Amino acid sequence: MIKKHEKATRLGAAATALVALITAAAVAGCGGSSDTATAGTGAGKSKAASAPDVQLNLVAYSTPKAAYAALIPAFQQTEAGQGVTFSESFGASGAQSRAVDAGQPADVVAFSTEPDVARLVKDGLVASSWDGGQTKGIVADSVVAIVVRKGNPKHITGWDDLVRPGIKVITPNPSTSGSARWNILAAYGAELKEGRSPAQALAFVKTLLTKNTVDQPSSASSALQAFTSGEGDVLLDYESDAIAAERAGDRIQYIVPKQTILIQTPIAVTAKSSHVKQATAFVSWLLSPQAQTIWARQGYRPVLSSVLAKFSAQFPTPADLFTIDSLGGWKKVKAQFFDPATGQITKIEQAAGVPTASS
Amino acid sequence: MSISRRTTWSLRTAALVYLAMLLLLPLAVVFGRTFEHGIASAWSWVTTPAAVSALWLTVTVALIAVPLNTIFGVGCALVLVRGRGRLRALLDAFIDLPFAVSPVIVGLALILVYGQAGWLGSWFAGHGIQIIYAPAGMVLATIFVSLPFVVREVAPVLVEVGDEQERAAATLGASSWQTFRRVTLPQIRWGVAYGVVLTTARALGEIGAVLVVSSNVAGFTQTLPLLVYARADQPGASAATGTYAAATELAILSLAVLLLMTLLSPRKARR
Amino acid sequence: MGLATLYLSLIVLIPLAAVAAKAFSGGLGLVWDSVAHGVALASLEVTVVAALVVAAAGAAMGTLVAWVLVRDEFPGKRLLNALIDLPFALPTIVAGLTLLVLYGPGSPLGVNIVFTRAIVVVALLFVTLPFVVRSVQPVLLELDRETEEAAASLGASNATILRRVVLPTLRPAILSGASLAFARSVGEIGSLVLIAGKVPIASIVIYADVENDATQSAAALSIVLLAISLVIIFALRRYGRTQLVH
Repeated sequence: MIKKHEKATRLGAAATALVALITAAAVAGCGGSSDTATAGTGAGKSKAASAPDVQLNLVAYSTPKAAYAALIPAFQQTEAGQGVTFSESFGASGAQSRAVDAGQPADVVAFSTEPDVARLVKDGLVASSWDGGQTKGIVADSVVAIVVRKGNPKHITGWDDLVRPGIKVITPNPSTSGSARWNILAAYGAELKEGRSPAQALAFVKTLLTKNTVDQPSSASSALQAFTSGEGDVLLDYESDAIAAERAGDRIQYIVPKQTILIQTPIAVTAKSSHVKQATAFVSWLLSPQAQTIWARQGYRPVLSSVLAKFSAQFPTPADLFTIDSLGGWKKVKAQFFDPATGQITKIEQAAGVPTASS
Repeated sequence: MSISRRTTWSLRTAALVYLAMLLLLPLAVVFGRTFEHGIASAWSWVTTPAAVSALWLTVTVALIAVPLNTIFGVGCALVLVRGRGRLRALLDAFIDLPFAVSPVIVGLALILVYGQAGWLGSWFAGHGIQIIYAPAGMVLATIFVSLPFVVREVAPVLVEVGDEQERAAATLGASSWQTFRRVTLPQIRWGVAYGVVLTTARALGEIGAVLVVSSNVAGFTQTLPLLVYARADQPGASAATGTYAAATELAILSLAVLLLMTLLSPRKARR
Repeated sequence: MGLATLYLSLIVLIPLAAVAAKAFSGGLGLVWDSVAHGVALASLEVTVVAALVVAAAGAAMGTLVAWVLVRDEFPGKRLLNALIDLPFALPTIVAGLTLLVLYGPGSPLGVNIVFTRAIVVVALLFVTLPFVVRSVQPVLLELDRETEEAAASLGASNATILRRVVLPTLRPAILSGASLAFARSVGEIGSLVLIAGKVPIASIVIYADVENDATQSAAALSIVLLAISLVIIFALRRYGRTQLVH
């Protein structure tokens, strides 16, 4: 009887200790959103006793997490950024756009492609004047890069190598990922630049997607994770993400092909934001020389030409760089390629057995 | 049967190798990777603001889901075993549904009911209550997936102990609440405890359903499992201590729960 | 009774009804269209086959492990017995991560099976390990050795005793555990999301559909998947679960 009581007491003590430990750990710094393991720099949620913090909800595409981790603290140092805290959500651009459409709280949306913002404009969540500014709503640029294993064991030099038999390509799913759309358009446009006809270019993309692509994860960051985990020989990704991966120690290298598309990532303040003033200040600040320099240091091509000039060594312009406008603009491209019912790429993806969208 | 020493040895080796490859080695590797760069490094990854928020959110969600499911579980077990009525068979069958349903389907189901376009969604939206993409939805999802454990642990105990003592208490004039508190509860307490531990384990580790209903915003709607997943998706993750440290933190939590399970199970069986 | 039903309804029944409603919102034909083609069908095939393989292999290995834990004695047995419950306690995302590390490109064992059906089976075996073991152990413990000894004294070989005395007694428990393992495998996602890659898995396809806002396809696939699991669960109820309601 005594033994039983002893055991029960010990059990109770163990349980209490565990609960105490968990509570202590949890309460010891009850909250915050920054996820960098540097000693407390005050990044993220500050506990200022002054005016109540304004919190901005940033909903972004999947890859700029490190960039915003550098940009947000810098913004908070400026006058406009005093007392402004952020909650950040990163995910596949299309999925994030749909989530905001379905009610996810957002003050600033930073997506990968313009149609992801247009979806919100259509439903009244973003004002139609969002792209009226000097940079037409674009906050940072990049280009589509071909990422390979360190040492380039398969000797990839350009787009044509991607459709060599046996080369395994990873690119995300265009119905959820903005990066995927940029990749496909880069491949398509590259063929056009080589002098091929639209039909031939589409056939090239079809071969790439049905014969050589082995996996299409839902976002650019998942695609990078799959690639660095050993899947495939080639990854199509943002140049900025490739730079981030190299810096983080992943065993990869990247090639900017001669023909590639200029990735222009939009940003907008939402109409339903309760902190329009601060949100607008943030977006404006992101276009300032100071912010654009930070973008550049993070591996993104600045939209401010004065800053781009300073980093021209790091960001050489590909010989046959083209933009979405040369393909007819997003409206036309979206309808022709990515329409959920009739899009040419949608049909190819369905044939390849990849989940596609309904809207 | 009398088995030759050689057969015993081969069986034992087969079982041990299987368990090593499946259970022990993976754990060892994750612990190894976590502390590869030293304890300080691992600790700094576990104490980032986002990680602390994640732990806090995970614990909070569990602290809501577990008591609710415990109360429901005990009540439901009583109804199933001591109650009367034909609907009980139906209740019995439905209790098992959370075991059969994939967590992703749970998430989808909650979106279809509580989401903006869902059955009850417009009512909640009209009153400014956010369910999906907010902690409330995650709590609902966690309650769903961890629902059956307490019922399934308490009910067999109730069957086994029988209701003579309860009937005796009733004849002596005790109210149902008194009977419950002083007769039934002591009899089922280890079953309840074990059920609570199982429920907690399930709640702490939930990812499938919350992946769907959460906005996965670090510091606000990101539980510890979601944090592990998010970190695994970052550049450099394969080399990063961060991913493994968060995973180890979760593993330690679950090992603690496992310890409780081990301590309680003989007590429960002895009933 | 009423309260219990209300709680169950709000949390479980109404949401599941919503999935069914969404699935059939375009009629039976649309359900067929969504599920019987392309990646949905492929994922159903892969998922169900993998679950069957896991149920069978898990039944065999689980019985073996249970046997060794009950009938054998060796140092560390008690610790090992406790660790069997680890897959119950360990969050599935951690399980997936550990398998990625151990059986992926950085594998210290030199085994790289990640992004294949093989690793899916391994992950599911991990997650379902306790089901069969814990189901068989109590029966083995209570097994009346006298029948075995009687058979042995009558000259039966070990193999015969196994086949005609032990296994028949264990069969309900093995089947019960295997059925639970099957049901769990069919719906599993957490451990697979990092390691499945291009292998089509039903729960991952449903997730992709939800991300794509293709809720009708997601619901249709969900209902079919649920139907398959429920058939197994009800089959399970036939095989010796304690009937609580008489």
